[in-house]
Amino acid sequence: MSTPNSPLWEVFVRPSRGTNHVHVGSIHAADATLALQNARDLYTRRGEGVSIWVVRSSDVTASSPEEKDSFFEPSADKPYRHPTFYTIPDGVEHL
Amino acid sequence: MDTDQQQVAFDALIASDGRVEPRDWMPEGYRKTLIRQIAQHAHSEIIGMQPEGNWITRAPSLRRKAILLAKVQDEAGHGLYLYSAAETLGMSREEMLDLLHAGRQRYSSIFNYPTPTWADVAAIGWLVDGAAITNQVPLTRCSYGPYARAMIRICKEESFHQRQGFESQLQLSNGTPEQHAMAQDAIDRWWWPSLMMFGPPDDDSPNSAQSTAWGIKRFSNDELRQRFVDICVPQAQTLGLTLPDPDLCWNAERGHYDYGVIDWTEFQQVLKGNGPCNRQRIATRRQAHSDGAWVREAAAAYAAKKQAAGATVPVAA
Ligand SMILES: [Fe+2]
Ligand SMILES: [Fe+2]
Repeated sequence: MSTPNSPLWEVFVRPSRGTNHVHVGSIHAADATLALQNARDLYTRRGEGVSIWVVRSSDVTASSPEEKDSFFEPSADKPYRHPTFYTIPDGVEHL
Repeated sequence: MDTDQQQVAFDALIASDGRVEPRDWMPEGYRKTLIRQIAQHAHSEIIGMQPEGNWITRAPSLRRKAILLAKVQDEAGHGLYLYSAAETLGMSREEMLDLLHAGRQRYSSIFNYPTPTWADVAAIGWLVDGAAITNQVPLTRCSYGPYARAMIRICKEESFHQRQGFESQLQLSNGTPEQHAMAQDAIDRWWWPSLMMFGPPDDDSPNSAQSTAWGIKRFSNDELRQRFVDICVPQAQTLGLTLPDPDLCWNAERGHYDYGVIDWTEFQQVLKGNGPCNRQRIATRRQAHSDGAWVREAAAAYAAKKQAAGATVPVAA
């Protein structure tokens, strides 16, 4: 009997309290509990984290690289969304 | 761990200025206080779109219209960041919206004032966003992680809001005598309500002590109000506009500007629902919610249809 290919999980680690979980990589595991334990053993052997999330890779919906330009185009031509767009006289503080 | 041990661990975390995260044990009062505060904050961002949205179709130039659209869109975004932070505490977005529409959760009283002239948009950017920033910067270090992180994103975006308001106010002030008068009139109407945004005076703010002990509040209402006054006085001088307070003067001994007495009766009246626009704001919000019902229903129906057809979306590589 052949071993079934175990599913892939994306791993997110919170480095310390107060920070976001950050994607660190992925791991193969048969179920969520094993995925958590394997992720701990692989990605946090030196105190890299205080919390881990694992998400089935097949549950991640991602934007397509080919459509990157058109997908993000709406934010490319709006410099007025940035504070540096505005002229403020010299010497004005707290703006 | 039993509840006593959990309380001890929680107290130690707060005492060490640590951050509380959603899956940590927390006292019920802490959870309730945060839900109330974050929901009220989210509602303020959403309701806050109305006074300025009033001017989008009538902005005096394409440049100003694009800026105003972008700002109002940001406020919607701030509301969404905050609803998502509040949801980590166990209350659904639907419930928060229902409570807002039923008048059982509040939003900032400042948004119950009208915007009769274009200069009001400038005054809101300079004073209302300015006061909001003064309030919000310390919240980036609030003890509840998701709220603090939402505030970091929001504060970055607020900087553009305040600067566009100041720039617009300066342009009006340096414009024709009529434009200058319009800018001054807006400041006359927005100055005192902006000072009220920091909440009741410290000796009349019963919940402040507990919020401070929990690391939610870092500075008292009066401390933040004073900071805001000190920031605004020199800015008003640059603008060539007068803050409508004859008692405003530098106190060298305190190292701060003294300011006049705030009309707290007006504040209480607006809180009770008797401000100039309270009814209109909630009615508009309810209407927007029911007008959007068919969109939510259509999206849900489409999702159900796709799921039934077994359609899949491409997965991450
Ligand atoms: Fe905002
Ligand atoms: Fe803003």
